[in-house]
Amino acid sequence: MARNLLILGTRKGLILLHRQQGEWRVRQTAFAGVPVSYAMRDHRTGVLWVCADHGHWGQKLYRSQDGGETFAEVSAPKFPEGSVIYDVFSGGAEKPASLSYLWIIAPGGDDRPERLYIGTEPGGLFRSDDGGESFHLVESLWQHPSRKENWFGGGRDQAGVCAIVVDPRDSNHLYVGVSVGGVYESVDDGRSWVGRNQGLRADYLPDPFSEYGHDPHFMVASPSNPDILWQQNHCGVFRSTNGGKTWQDISQPNGPVKFGFPIAVDAHDPDTAWVVPGISDEMRMPVNQALFVGRTEDGGKTWQELRKGLPQENAYDVVFRHALDIDEEQLAFGSTTGNLYYSSNRGDDWSCISHNLPPIYSVRFA
Amino acid sequence: MEHLCYIRGIILFYYTEEIMATVKFTRHLVRYFPALSDRVQATGCTVAEIIADLDRQFPGLADYIVDDQGALRKHVNIFLGGDLVRDRQHLQDPVSETDELYIFQALSGG
Repeated sequence: MARNLLILGTRKGLILLHRQQGEWRVRQTAFAGVPVSYAMRDHRTGVLWVCADHGHWGQKLYRSQDGGETFAEVSAPKFPEGSVIYDVFSGGAEKPASLSYLWIIAPGGDDRPERLYIGTEPGGLFRSDDGGESFHLVESLWQHPSRKENWFGGGRDQAGVCAIVVDPRDSNHLYVGVSVGGVYESVDDGRSWVGRNQGLRADYLPDPFSEYGHDPHFMVASPSNPDILWQQNHCGVFRSTNGGKTWQDISQPNGPVKFGFPIAVDAHDPDTAWVVPGISDEMRMPVNQALFVGRTEDGGKTWQELRKGLPQENAYDVVFRHALDIDEEQLAFGSTTGNLYYSSNRGDDWSCISHNLPPIYSVRFA
Repeated sequence: MEHLCYIRGIILFYYTEEIMATVKFTRHLVRYFPALSDRVQATGCTVAEIIADLDRQFPGLADYIVDDQGALRKHVNIFLGGDLVRDRQHLQDPVSETDELYIFQALSGG
C-alpha cells in the first residue's frame, strides 16, 4: 500500500503532508523559521527524526514518538575532545573539529532496531546503539589515512558524510558517501573501511582518476539487489554492479543527464532509477531552464526525459541530494525554489503540490 | 564555603563565598529554554565556569553557547561588563562578583 505521508525538511522548518482522498495537504508544521536539514521516519520504530540547523546555536537533533505531535531534543553528536580537521588548501593546517551540519540520519538495519547512523559536516559518521540516546564517532572512518589529504568541502566548508547505505542482507556491511572524499565500504560493522572509487572521475582534480577525493553527492543501493549501487556524482551519474568494486559512468554522453544531486532507485528493478539533472556544476539551474526528471530502465544505457507537468520555461528549481524520494509507483521531489512535485506513475506525469514552500532540503515518504 | 578560583591551573585567589554573577540573555534563547528569564544568577570564577553552572540550571544550554570543543560558537557573543570576552577558545576570562554577563547572538539575514 502506498505511503501517505511526506516529510519535508525546509529552510523554514519541518512540514508534514498527508494524502487524503488522493490530495496531498499540509497536515502539520513544526520548528517554524528553523532550517531543517533532514527529516525522516524510522520504519522500524515509527520514530520521527529531525535534524535542525539552529545557525548561531548549533546543530540540534529532535525526535517524535507520537507521529510529529510533540518533539523532544536529544543530544546531537559531538566530536571527541581533541578531534581535528585538516585544511587541504592550507597545507593541511589543523583546526578543532566541531559539528557544523547534520546531513543525514539513517536506520542501522532491520535486525538492530536500536542502531542509528548520522552523517555530519565535518565528515563524521556517528553511531547509536541505544535508539538515539547517544551517538559516538566511528573513529575507524574518521582516522582513515585518506582523510587528511583527500577530504574537503564543496559548496560547504568541510567534507560531509551525505550518504549511508546499510546492506539489507547483512547489517555489518556498510557504505558511506563522503562529499568530497569518495565512497567507503566496511564489511566488519564499521571497524575498518576501504575506498571504493575505481571508475569514478573527479574532473576538478589534477588526476581525475585519483583513488580518493571524489564527490558522490548521493548514493543508494538497489533494494532488490544491494550489490548494485547508484550514485549521482558531481561529475556524472555512476553505477556499480559489483558492490562498488568498480563504477561505470552512465551519464548521457551528449545529453543533459550528468550533473545533479539526488538519485532514487526502484524497489524491485535494479535497472531502473531516477535523477533530476541540472546544467553543470558552475550554473546549477535546470537545463535550458526547463525542469525534467531523467529515468533509466536499462541500467543507465538510455535515459528518458520526463517533463509532463513540470515547468518548461523560466524554471530555476534545483533539487538537493536528499530532496527526491520514491515509494513503489510514486515519486516526490522538492526544489530550492519551494516547489513540491509529485508523480503517482513512476514519473510519467507530474503535478505540483505547492509552489509556495520554503527552499526544500529533504523529502521522504513515510 | 571556601571556593578556589583557578585560571589555567593556577590558583588566583579563594573566596569564602562563591562568586555569583548576573547573566542576561538574548530573548532568542527563551524559545528553546522557556524557563530562562532575562536575568539569571550563576556561580563561577571564569566565563567557562559560569556557563557550566548555567548548564546545571538549564540542562543542554551550554551546547547552544559553545561548540564540541568548548569554544564559543562563531555567531554567539558574550560581553563581560561592556567588553567582549577575549578568550573565545577556552572562555577563561575571569569573572568578578560585580560583573554582568550578556549572552547575545550575532545578527543574520534570510
